[in-house]
Amino acid sequence: MYAQMIKSEATQDDPGLLAAFQARIDDNQKIEPKEWMPEGYRKTLIRQIGQHAHSEIVGQLPEGNWITRAPTLERKAILLAKVQDEAGHGLYLYCAAETLGVTRDELFEMLHSGRMKYSSIFNYPTLTWADMGAVGWLVDGAAIMNQVPLQRTSYGPYARAMVRICKEESFHQRQGYDIMMKMCKGTDAQKMMAQDALNRLWYPSLMMFGPSDKESVHSEQSMSWKIKMNTNDELRQKFVDQTVPQAEYLGLTVPDENLTWNDEKGGYDFSEPDWDEFYQVLKGNGPCNTERLNTRKQAWDDGAWVREGMLAHAAKKRMTKVAAQ
Amino acid sequence: MSSPTPSAYPDTPQPDREPRRTGEWPLWEVFIRGQHGLSHRHVGSLHAPDAEMAIKNARDVYTRRNEGVSIWVIEAERVTASSPGDKEALYDPSNSKVYRHPTFFDIPDEIGHM
Repeated sequence: MYAQMIKSEATQDDPGLLAAFQARIDDNQKIEPKEWMPEGYRKTLIRQIGQHAHSEIVGQLPEGNWITRAPTLERKAILLAKVQDEAGHGLYLYCAAETLGVTRDELFEMLHSGRMKYSSIFNYPTLTWADMGAVGWLVDGAAIMNQVPLQRTSYGPYARAMVRICKEESFHQRQGYDIMMKMCKGTDAQKMMAQDALNRLWYPSLMMFGPSDKESVHSEQSMSWKIKMNTNDELRQKFVDQTVPQAEYLGLTVPDENLTWNDEKGGYDFSEPDWDEFYQVLKGNGPCNTERLNTRKQAWDDGAWVREGMLAHAAKKRMTKVAAQ
Repeated sequence: MSSPTPSAYPDTPQPDREPRRTGEWPLWEVFIRGQHGLSHRHVGSLHAPDAEMAIKNARDVYTRRNEGVSIWVIEAERVTASSPGDKEALYDPSNSKVYRHPTFFDIPDEIGHM
């Protein structure tokens, strides 16, 4: 999802402590920052929350791309508010990660150097205004699928960040669907634009849930620690079942010839995304990887003088205050 | 250049502080009063160069949808917290004092509400 392919760390702690820790998790107790936790739990969480935070921050870029070109002032204000929310979500998550003993600057450094990843979905371009609709509808829709269960995750600060995020996320999905409805009721050209956005973003959205359970080697430990609440395939199925009727309402066609309702399982059968493409995007070979990372790094470098200036100003104010006493 | 440490209590010793990493803004804990009449509640944390900016950032990060009518911020390193290891010593003694709860006492029904 926003956190894909999170490698679980092996843990070499005292078996007695580990058993007591697992018992607390099984009892649905929350783990808080200063309490004892296995080293593997801590490291896996830093990686997962960090990747989640980076996804929120980099996720601003494909949408920020359209703020100045929104079709009306109202759409512009809405999109601006949505992108601002994404920044906020990133900040909640960075703070949760920092309680595990990593600093904000270290997290940024790992993002900028490529040692930590963000979700593959943000390496795809947003070519038309309809993409703003499809991103809100599909990408935020997929994010909600994953984030709602994470409100019950075992790590307290992560769970609390998720509660805040989920409260705001449904605005994101609805504003996206609203754009899609408008375009689908518009001219033929506008409807075609909406169909084109769905065609391009459908499979990348399915990839957001990560590889198939058969390939997903890191799930078991994370699930017993309750930092992963559902398997990738469970969430992907749920997403397809929820989204197909929404596409039908819009009069759009999901770009999958094999999509059929399966009465027996009570869900749709559907085609898997191209996993080779997924691994290529993760490796840095997606359509926008270089552009996204460079934009992010440039924003960080261009802001350096502001960060330094404000620290200097704060130090100067402190000195003046002390001198006046 | 060493900057002096501000303190509300100038004559008391300062807690040991780890030297801050150069260039990283300090961490602030944010407390918000949700509505008039409620107490401030911890909502999260953020980085800011000073208290004034911490309040401004808290406004943007934690009150985008009318979540608050008042904000407190405090530098995270100034918070003193109890240790999880002291849990028993701190809280166990009250377990045996059930008489502190009103339900400990049986009051006859005919007395009515008490």
